[in-house]
Amino acid sequence: MSDRPNESFLARLDRIDRRWIFLMMAIAVAGPIIWVGVTGRTFPETATPAVQGAFDAIERLPEGSKVLISFDFDPASAGELQPMATGFIHHCQLRKHRIYAMTLWAPGSPLIGATLADVIGSDPSYRYGENFVDLGYQAGNEGVMKQVGVDFPKAFPNDSKGTPLARIPMMQGITRLSDFDILISVSAGYPGGKEWVQYGVSPTLTQGHRLPFVAGSTGVQTPQMIPYYPVQMSGILGAIKGAAEYESLVNAKATAPGETVPAKYQEAQRRMAPQLFGHSLMVGLILVGNVIFFAGRRKGAAE
Amino acid sequence: MGRNAAAVLASIVGLVMVLTAFARPLEFLGTAVVDWFNVLAAIAFVLGGANLLKMNLLKISARDAGWGYSAVTVSVFLITIGVGLLKVGAHPDPLHPDVALSGDKEAVGGAFWWLYEYAMSPITSTLFALLAFYVASAAFRAFRAKNTAAILLLGTAFVVLLGRVYVGVLLTSWIPADNAWVSWLRLENLSGIIMGVFNNAGTRAMMIGIAIGIAATSLKILVGLDRSYLGSSD
Repeated sequence: MSDRPNESFLARLDRIDRRWIFLMMAIAVAGPIIWVGVTGRTFPETATPAVQGAFDAIERLPEGSKVLISFDFDPASAGELQPMATGFIHHCQLRKHRIYAMTLWAPGSPLIGATLADVIGSDPSYRYGENFVDLGYQAGNEGVMKQVGVDFPKAFPNDSKGTPLARIPMMQGITRLSDFDILISVSAGYPGGKEWVQYGVSPTLTQGHRLPFVAGSTGVQTPQMIPYYPVQMSGILGAIKGAAEYESLVNAKATAPGETVPAKYQEAQRRMAPQLFGHSLMVGLILVGNVIFFAGRRKGAAE
Repeated sequence: MGRNAAAVLASIVGLVMVLTAFARPLEFLGTAVVDWFNVLAAIAFVLGGANLLKMNLLKISARDAGWGYSAVTVSVFLITIGVGLLKVGAHPDPLHPDVALSGDKEAVGGAFWWLYEYAMSPITSTLFALLAFYVASAAFRAFRAKNTAAILLLGTAFVVLLGRVYVGVLLTSWIPADNAWVSWLRLENLSGIIMGVFNNAGTRAMMIGIAIGIAATSLKILVGLDRSYLGSSD
């Protein structure tokens, strides 16, 4: 029983225990996750120009192009960024590009191995050292970005297993960043896409050719990245929504109509359902909060 | 004397970096300086680790409030660093099945993998995921249309929140998508306009302002007018 019997419904709602809100959010997120898991259904996605730009930048490269992808995130952001990394690797695999994976975030190193194993691990046409390589982690943030711009082997003398780059066939001819055909950064913050533009991509302009650059970033970071699109960046995947749009483009290319898409290539699309209910709940809570606010203000003015 | 020497060194290094951006023949000097930076960055990890140990050990020895958490931090830090330094590998190694723990140190089943997969990954993911709950609670209690600025902020938040998910498409699907005069009113397009025009303009203004500020501060460091980065002389 309420300790304030004459209190109005809205006033009681204003004092609601925040654990009820936590519970509502838990249901709003868990319900759709279970629903998607059971039915396998996802919402249709239409690619925005920035996502289409990212897709086209990888798509237009000739087969066997050299793609450097930097996994600049950690498990905390993997929920949002891992589907992007998986999508980029999957797309590169479909286009038979050579994949050079690296990270400037120490916790990102195991994510490289897991992603490569997950996507191209069972593909016999992809051989380690010839078609893909895991360069692992290097400390130094922007320092590494600047160094790979002028002397790549100095920044990464070995791959993640300690094999010297000179013994890795696909590293032959790689002397600096501009030797790659495209740079992809999947980043959750500093150092990430913004720093890659400033210290990695921009200097290639003075070297006679602008390195095409594509980025995937968290929702929080995306507004800082948008000013670089479309001049310094060919495309950008913003948050899980951008990842879902990119997945739908890659899956449309990879699978015939009616063919089932493996769940691992639909992770971002599957996460759009909890995102929808989570956002809707937020909007609902804000509306209810404001109804309470205005009702309280009107009551105060009347008194 | 020491501070003067450090300021002069910083000036020289800064000038070298500026020059190498414009003079290709001097690129080797810039590479050398970046090498030093990378070495310093690696040393910072050691200093960071030492500092973490010092702070937490002091807390444990003084039995400060929450010293138990410090004990957990120190224990896990030492375990992780031990696993990393000793390069404890997965077992068995396909190449050397008779040698214990000699496999790839990051391979599935290894000690490092176990720590990453079952400790670090779930802990950091959980902490990040908790944001959704706190943001929802804060939105309910604090996001009020108290004045014009707050109303604008609320409207923008609604459009972006709804425009980034399929509910936005559903709510405004009645607006013809092929009519350029009205299609921008669809929530998904409106969200894109907010992000690409209004947000972009604001972000660019801030970025240009920050860049000018950095240039001015850098200039002061180069000529030795700003020495605050050296810390106190005490």
